[in-house]
Amino acid sequence: MKRMFFQNARVLDPASNLDVVGGLLVENGKIADLGPNLRDPPPDAEVLDCKGLCLSPGLVDIRVHLCEPGEEHKETIDGLSASAAKGGITTLVGLPNTEPPIDDAAVVEFVARRAREVRGVKIFVYGAATKGFDGKRLTEMGLLKEAGARAFTDGNIAIADAMMMRRVLSYASGFDALVIQHPEEPTLTASAVATEGEFATRLGLSAAPAAAEVMMVERDIRLVEMTGARYHAAHISTAAAVDKIAEAKSRGLNVSADTAPAYFALNETEILQYRTFSKLSPPLRSEDDRRSIVEALKAGTIDVIASDHWPQDQESKRLPFAQANPGAVGVETLLPVCLELVHKGEIELLTLLGKLTINPAKLLGLSGGSLKKGGPADIVVFDIDRPFKVDSDKLNSKSKNSAFDGRPVQGMVMVTMVDGRIVYDGRITE
Amino acid sequence: MIMPSAESLSSRHLIGIEGLSPAEIGLLLDLSDRYVDFNRSANKKGDALRGRTIINVFFENSTRTRTSFELAGKRLGADVINISPEVSSVRKGETLLDTALTLDAMHADLLVVRHPESGAVGLISQKVRCSVVNGGDGAHEHPTQALLDALAIRRRKGKLSGLIVAICGDILHSRVARSNMILLRTMGAEVRLVAPRTLLPAEVERYGVTVHSNLSEGLKDADIVMMLRLQQERMRGSFVPSTTEYFRFFGLDSQKLAMAKPDALIMHPGPMNRGVEIDSDVADDINRSLIQEQVEMGVAVRMACLDLLTRDLTGNEGPAE
Repeated sequence: MKRMFFQNARVLDPASNLDVVGGLLVENGKIADLGPNLRDPPPDAEVLDCKGLCLSPGLVDIRVHLCEPGEEHKETIDGLSASAAKGGITTLVGLPNTEPPIDDAAVVEFVARRAREVRGVKIFVYGAATKGFDGKRLTEMGLLKEAGARAFTDGNIAIADAMMMRRVLSYASGFDALVIQHPEEPTLTASAVATEGEFATRLGLSAAPAAAEVMMVERDIRLVEMTGARYHAAHISTAAAVDKIAEAKSRGLNVSADTAPAYFALNETEILQYRTFSKLSPPLRSEDDRRSIVEALKAGTIDVIASDHWPQDQESKRLPFAQANPGAVGVETLLPVCLELVHKGEIELLTLLGKLTINPAKLLGLSGGSLKKGGPADIVVFDIDRPFKVDSDKLNSKSKNSAFDGRPVQGMVMVTMVDGRIVYDGRITE
Repeated sequence: MIMPSAESLSSRHLIGIEGLSPAEIGLLLDLSDRYVDFNRSANKKGDALRGRTIINVFFENSTRTRTSFELAGKRLGADVINISPEVSSVRKGETLLDTALTLDAMHADLLVVRHPESGAVGLISQKVRCSVVNGGDGAHEHPTQALLDALAIRRRKGKLSGLIVAICGDILHSRVARSNMILLRTMGAEVRLVAPRTLLPAEVERYGVTVHSNLSEGLKDADIVMMLRLQQERMRGSFVPSTTEYFRFFGLDSQKLAMAKPDALIMHPGPMNRGVEIDSDVADDINRSLIQEQVEMGVAVRMACLDLLTRDLTGNEGPAE
């Protein structure tokens, strides 16, 4: 494989707190060298002049609905990979809610094989925590983990029964496996499609209190304390849950959390026109809650930002609000929407990138997420200032259900590289 | 370790290993050794318990333990009766005690009781005049099993103190594990537990044992590998996902056994689930497996227990309270 040299880049590596102008040399799919002193390309290397654009580790997106196998009409592994590559993502982790579900090692292997065939971004999966997400029977976590499952979760279904959650945590801890919860008290949220409050009332929508989230988080933290397990709360969206997670962390419990861009970039007013592309799970929250998620990202209580990418075809969305499926595609808008926080001066660039690279990689024991000599050449080059309007028709994803359609954003991915292979090239030929 | 010698047991009941001194355990094992020889001789009929009446009251199914106690009593010359009260009708405490008092009133000298509820055998012992031996109560204790295990180990290894014993499997539901932990720690052995976390009771480290989730790690340099049965009949809900996964990570096969000492011995209280907690190659290895020997030791240990417990009984005069 020939060598490739990224010249004149703003090299950003959150893992080593590096933000310098310099170069980066890729050799045999690995990072051979990098730094401010690396200015001139080696004679035999192909040169990619970054012209001062940002170069960072490729994004690691730890919450993606795969759709394949089972819902290929919404998204395929090929389409997902292309879409993620365009978003600057080099590694993604898929939820187990496929059909058949990933509650058996054979399905883990199926997805791994498809990802190898596609040869785009790196695709990993979670294993189901309970068989068929029934909340009653443990899955073969040991065998699933050996097959490659990165952690265990019932996807967008909360592990509701306290005894069962205790056993899931306890059993997983024996294999040093992480358990990821969709934190929501299901007896409160059963038929809800929005967050309880004035907006839902005026719209006449069935709604659940925002407290449904913290109730599950609080219960889970007690079970974590009991079992000593590793626990991760997914797509945190409320101030109350943030407080509980901060408190658990301060007590030294092995607790972490992620959120999705929708929960710091949007609030419940988005659903006012019964806009089903803004119907999410959990539902969009109040402005106060949105604000608290921004603060939690700054404070470090929320460790990771994940896209929560969930393709839905038109038939699943062109419906009365209550009947529409929840979810929005997000891999292609992840970086620009996150960069809004930087442009607004809310958060430092390196801190933000950390939540998209090294933090998720560390959490799941993945190899990318940092720029280090000898590490995989998983890289994204992006123009942090370039403005554009999100246009859902131009998304690579098979499904176009973006919650950010029409939004003016800044920050465009130019090149995405996985193991030294360019999987997306957005440079305009001049 | 030099044990102070004991000549008799301090209680007329044997409810658990808990409370037995090292000297009492030593006394029971020494006498058991003599009964092993006795059982191997042509004439297996003694008269230490001639005239005594023993009733085996099994509220829970058992073939091995009940037969072992019955043989032990008969070989010592006692009259032995087995009864298996209808389990469903004795769930209520009163009926349980009524049953026990009825048998006591018939001048039984010793009751061997097995019961699915922890504490039930101790409860009976508080109300009757005769001696009571615990044949296993719930997930509490199974003292004669721990004694027979100790005897089997001591005869092969010449000692208990300083040995590394790994107890593997369903610790949560196991009375055998509890009795063994107490006995082995009392006698100075190192005990390691290996189990999925869902099958470990809370704060089990307080027995003075270490806990492992990885079988190969727990077996490292072990002298004795004690496998327990996965007690699926006692499990309400999901504790382990499948027997396939259980065998893969917690089942004993020759590869995992290679982590233990080269002369490590394998034990199992029975009945075995082959292919679930133990591979047949290992269970049937005549050089490594003590499983058949455990059964033989069982009769001898129970003879020693019956003998010692009835020595000082004067007879049960008059009606029970």
